[in-house]
Amino acid sequence: MKFVNFINNIDKRWIYLLVALVVIIPFVFPVGCPMRITPPVQSMYNYIEDSIPENGVLLVGIDYDPSTMAELHPMAKALTYHAFYNNLRVLFVTMYPQGSGMGQDIIDKTLTQWNSANPENQKELGRDITLLAYVPGVSAVMLKMGENIPATFNEDAYGNKLENLPVMDGIKTYNNLNYMVELAGSSVVLSWLMYANGRYKMKMGIGTTAVSAAEYYSYLQSGQSNGLLGGLKGAAEYEKLITENHGYAGRKDASVGMDAQSSAHIFFILLIVLGNIVFFIKKYKEGK
Amino acid sequence: MLKGKNIPLAITFTVGLIMIVSFFIPHRPFGDIEQISLKWYSIIAGFTMLLGVDSLLGLHFRKVKRKEENWIHSIVLIAGFVMVVIAGVWGTIQYGSAFDERSFFTYIYNYFIVPLQSTMFSLLAFFVASAAYRAFRARNVDAALLLITAIIVMLGRVPVGELISPYLPKFTDWIMEVPQMAAKRGIGLGIYLGALGVSIRIILGIERSYLS
Repeated sequence: MKFVNFINNIDKRWIYLLVALVVIIPFVFPVGCPMRITPPVQSMYNYIEDSIPENGVLLVGIDYDPSTMAELHPMAKALTYHAFYNNLRVLFVTMYPQGSGMGQDIIDKTLTQWNSANPENQKELGRDITLLAYVPGVSAVMLKMGENIPATFNEDAYGNKLENLPVMDGIKTYNNLNYMVELAGSSVVLSWLMYANGRYKMKMGIGTTAVSAAEYYSYLQSGQSNGLLGGLKGAAEYEKLITENHGYAGRKDASVGMDAQSSAHIFFILLIVLGNIVFFIKKYKEGK
Repeated sequence: MLKGKNIPLAITFTVGLIMIVSFFIPHRPFGDIEQISLKWYSIIAGFTMLLGVDSLLGLHFRKVKRKEENWIHSIVLIAGFVMVVIAGVWGTIQYGSAFDERSFFTYIYNYFIVPLQSTMFSLLAFFVASAAYRAFRARNVDAALLLITAIIVMLGRVPVGELISPYLPKFTDWIMEVPQMAAKRGIGLGIYLGALGVSIRIILGIERSYLS
């Protein structure tokens, strides 16, 4: 009973300390667990790899803020790299005011890293990639994009007129975009599915936080989305695919977190099991 | 007669009807009407931000004035707000965009907002661990089922699950694609039928609580 009382009354700060250690240690001493590519990730990869012609356009929805960037930023980076490998143009769009900062961060970092690693195939802001200016209105903006994308935004987030940007050549509506991947940790994904996919038949994939992924399986099954990246693992699987198929040698932001995520999950399970053992012992003793 | 509360009800009815018709018939003249409505919507959405700012600042100025509990936090909020607005305007004037990487606004975003928001969200892991330990108990059959399913999914969704058994991730996928989805679809259908019902009630003027 002494042990049960000790476990029951343990100061939660000890648990916090253990969580911190369980997350930090695998970063210092990585194990490198094997990782299976799940069908929804493979399907999204295959579509971008095989179904979009060179100079085609990938629209990436950056509808998240720093709170979920740990999971969604690596997805945006991996997708941009994949587009660059296939010489696709990339358009970032955001329905969140804070998404602008996220989008620009990805563009700055990816362009710098790509150009230093691929001097023979330089990519340029405004020619190969840009971020459309933030316009408030969410569903209204999505519907307006179905009629006229340049008139909806007028400028990119850097203040350049869209009509002067080579990246926008031939782009007027969703019909001129080849594929969209919406990255979000909120229900804005549903708006994209309803308007861009439902009304304008835009082919779509979804990237979301692990906790929200369960929400979107039904859209995957119905065919409204042809791919799903769920949380850090989804991003890590995508990094693995571009590494195996294109020789991506940059920092794998999601893959490095996989061991920490595995150990944290095991620790949580141990806590739950321990908590239940104590619960049942206590119940048994009290029943006696 | 169109007077008093009948005016907003008539506007709601007309606009609601036009938007429904134009969504399903995106041709002239409905398509044009829809596009004009969307422009209006964007303008109004812009102004709602001002409304939000007014509400936020009003609340915190009141707190400071009355020296309510934690009023010092409100001063920090107001100071932060003013600083970000000045940085944003200054960045736009100086570099053409507040988000230019040389601007102070970008500095604030990268070195204040990003770490602060990331930290806030990261803290969840600590609270979840503590809550899982203290509250996740198999008190009855339903709770036990939920607990076992949660453990399987938690293991199957990380690479270590593959290491334990190659069947674990596959079983997790089945849980996500069949039982989880069945429940989710049921909930989803209920939510959207409810939303549809409320929308019709608002358009027809039966639901008027938004007027009060």
